[in-house]
Amino acid sequence: MNVEIVSNGGLMLALLSGELDHHSAAGARMTIDCAVDAKCPCELYLDFSKVTFMDSSGVGLVMGRYRLLHEYGGTLYIANCRGSIRKVMQVSGMSKLARFVDGDIRARLFSQQAKGEENDEKIRQDVK
Amino acid sequence: MKRSDRTLNEIKVTFPSLSQNESFARLAVSGFVSQLNPRVDELADIKTAVSEAVTNCIVHGYRDTVGKVTLVARICEGDEIYIRISDKGCGIEDIDAAMQPLFTSAPEEDRAGLGFTIMESFMDSLSVRSRRGSGTTVTMRKRLTARKA
Repeated sequence: MNVEIVSNGGLMLALLSGELDHHSAAGARMTIDCAVDAKCPCELYLDFSKVTFMDSSGVGLVMGRYRLLHEYGGTLYIANCRGSIRKVMQVSGMSKLARFVDGDIRARLFSQQAKGEENDEKIRQDVK
Repeated sequence: MKRSDRTLNEIKVTFPSLSQNESFARLAVSGFVSQLNPRVDELADIKTAVSEAVTNCIVHGYRDTVGKVTLVARICEGDEIYIRISDKGCGIEDIDAAMQPLFTSAPEEDRAGLGFTIMESFMDSLSVRSRRGSGTTVTMRKRLTARKA
């Protein structure tokens, strides 16, 4: 499991890649929490587009980051979950904790008006 | 080999409860089941359920110790997959409570408490047997819809 952190102002992207299980979640959690502690982003995007496997350890990672951001009023987004990863998220009821988004999150971070529904739509279309 | 299930093929793997063996257990089952040419989503379901069961042995069964985890996988008649994962660890005090969604005895480690929930929803059947101090055995079955190519 590899985690790449990209940050712009109050927005942060954690791009996860590889297999996310109990064994690999600890390292991912540490990387993300260090970055969040340093910058306290108002929006954190966990991007699963490059995750090839995920079990409930990934759900634990989402729940823990939700609590971390909730402490200071930040918002958590879950990005680009497909196939079995989406199924695990759905069965676990993660849509109650975080908003699901799709598209190029890196572009979203660096676009001028990164907020709002219109932009969500635009990003989705750009990717298609 | 147990014949009542009309077992066609079987593997048995025993490994120490080290977390790096979680991915090994998935790979072993995945490789074994692949001979039935399963659909991608069915294979993902089985791998996820195996991962949950093995993680439970490592995180809960052998908490703070290392012991043996035994994985048995069978291909039964009618393209049914049988999986049994057992440990000789601490056992579960209250199985009904443990199987409730979001129940966990390790919240500080970011465990979601959804292992059994996922095993139940990703497989056709799940049974859990456990005794305090002598271990836990999880048995799961799933019938594949895909036929041999």
